[in-house]
Amino acid sequence: MQRKVNEMKKNNTGSVILICVVILILLFLYFPVAIVTLYSFNKDSINSFPMGGLTFHWYAVMIHNKPLITSLVNSVEVAAVGTCIAIFIGVPGALGMHKYNFPGKKALEKIVIMPMMLPGIITGIAILTFLEMAGIMQGRLAVILGHSTFLIGTVLPQVYTRLRQLDRNIEEASLDLGASELQTFCYIILPNIKTAVFGAALLSFSLSMDEIPVTYFLNGVFTTLPIRILAMTRNGFTPEINAICSIILLLSVFAVVFSNSISKKDEGYAKSTH
Amino acid sequence: MITRQLKINDFLKYGILAPVVIWLMLFLVIPYFNLLMYSFWKNGPFAIEHTPTFENYIRFFSLKKGSGAPLWVLFDTFRIALIVTVCAVIISYPLAYFINFGIKNAKYKKMFYMLAVIPLWISYVMKAYSWTIILGTHGLLNSFLIWLHITEKPMEVFLYNDFSVIIAMVNIYVPFVLMPLYTSLEQIPRNLIEASEDLGCNPARTFFKVVFPLSLPGVITGATYAFTLSMGDFLAPQLLGGATSSTKIANIVQMQFGTSNNWPYGAAIGVVILVLILVLLALTGKVEKHFSKLDAEEGK
Repeated sequence: MQRKVNEMKKNNTGSVILICVVILILLFLYFPVAIVTLYSFNKDSINSFPMGGLTFHWYAVMIHNKPLITSLVNSVEVAAVGTCIAIFIGVPGALGMHKYNFPGKKALEKIVIMPMMLPGIITGIAILTFLEMAGIMQGRLAVILGHSTFLIGTVLPQVYTRLRQLDRNIEEASLDLGASELQTFCYIILPNIKTAVFGAALLSFSLSMDEIPVTYFLNGVFTTLPIRILAMTRNGFTPEINAICSIILLLSVFAVVFSNSISKKDEGYAKSTH
Repeated sequence: MITRQLKINDFLKYGILAPVVIWLMLFLVIPYFNLLMYSFWKNGPFAIEHTPTFENYIRFFSLKKGSGAPLWVLFDTFRIALIVTVCAVIISYPLAYFINFGIKNAKYKKMFYMLAVIPLWISYVMKAYSWTIILGTHGLLNSFLIWLHITEKPMEVFLYNDFSVIIAMVNIYVPFVLMPLYTSLEQIPRNLIEASEDLGCNPARTFFKVVFPLSLPGVITGATYAFTLSMGDFLAPQLLGGATSSTKIANIVQMQFGTSNNWPYGAAIGVVILVLILVLLALTGKVEKHFSKLDAEEGK
């Protein structure tokens, strides 16, 4: 009995220590970005302790920062076009890899995730040297081509994984019952993978909005939002960086909560159908 | 009729596969080979000389004494990436473990899971920048210490050295370790843990004999991500590192494609990094497979 009580005490101290460690870890993960958000409301233009008081001034300054807003528009454009290309090429690609066997399939599986596995700088300089040889200048087009390439690498594997989790019988049943390939795709496969496609699109969009290493080598004078913010951080004190970062943070938190809720719903659906 | 059907099927097959294959060929495979080709060319006085030469590689591998030698920088980058990886694994593990085994309430579990996922989506540049305002000379830490009267003058030891680069990189790459680790812990059958406890193992023994070995595939995947990404990171060293002391291998590449304007040499260093990482990926892939196989056998 005494031994059991001792053990339970030990267990308890163990879990208390674990909880303390976990709190410290979460603090480490969140403290820096919390500071940026907090100081976006700082009255002083210097980020120092203690804070000078609250203001929305830097948000107003941010909105009137023309180059910053231009770069934001550029980023949204690149992310939208890149995500569309990645979906329209990646989803059929995933479908083809799921349906057919062909020589080089294993190699294709590996190649497509290369930009995700390798540091962005390698993909960036590789595409840069190629585009230079092909006569495509650094700029908008080069950035869109680069982004689309690594976004295919996020869309295709995600959709492919979802397709492999699908019951193959439902597809065969549909074909046996006389539906065409197209009908099977529209009425059987697409409804089953649509959340995966949507989730992949959302992830692609936010990855593109945040991408620096590939963009850095391809952009020339064309600036995207993260490239612009990077340049601003080098130019000394510009407190509106805090403001723009806080807004991006808010949007990414929305995106992740949203994408998580739809994927959870989908899991429930998959479970109920099995 | 049958042949016609076959033709339509073939058409469909190539129709949906061709775009992705062509795109990846054009913008991934050819560029990687192009980079390799570039690395054997030479920067001439006016244009790039297209005669094959090993000069760039010789220049890279010829060891000059001193901290500026590229090979030395490569080793230094390797060291930093290793430190970052180890720290990221040590930090990720308790959190991933706690969410999986420490919380019984489903609602809290979901909440903590979200708290673990969100950092993965937070902007890189925001995370890196946040450390500059915390550790900077007139930053938060210094002004806080002055406010507490611990120091009188701001200290410059926090920012622009390897320490600040490492702490920011750990902060940035922890989520990349956390996610695969979480998934591998989640897949451990709960009855294995119960069995171990029923057989009289204390929690520590259960952890080291059951949980930890089964989570190794996740640790390896996550560690590989953290390592390769920090090997190729040129932004954190540039934003948070010292002028010369924190120059990492990716910064040398970046310089060759920027101010130094020696693309072939930059391409050669890029190829060296690429080969190193490919070897590493092949190795970790093998090790991971080995451990997953063990899992499958134990599961039988």
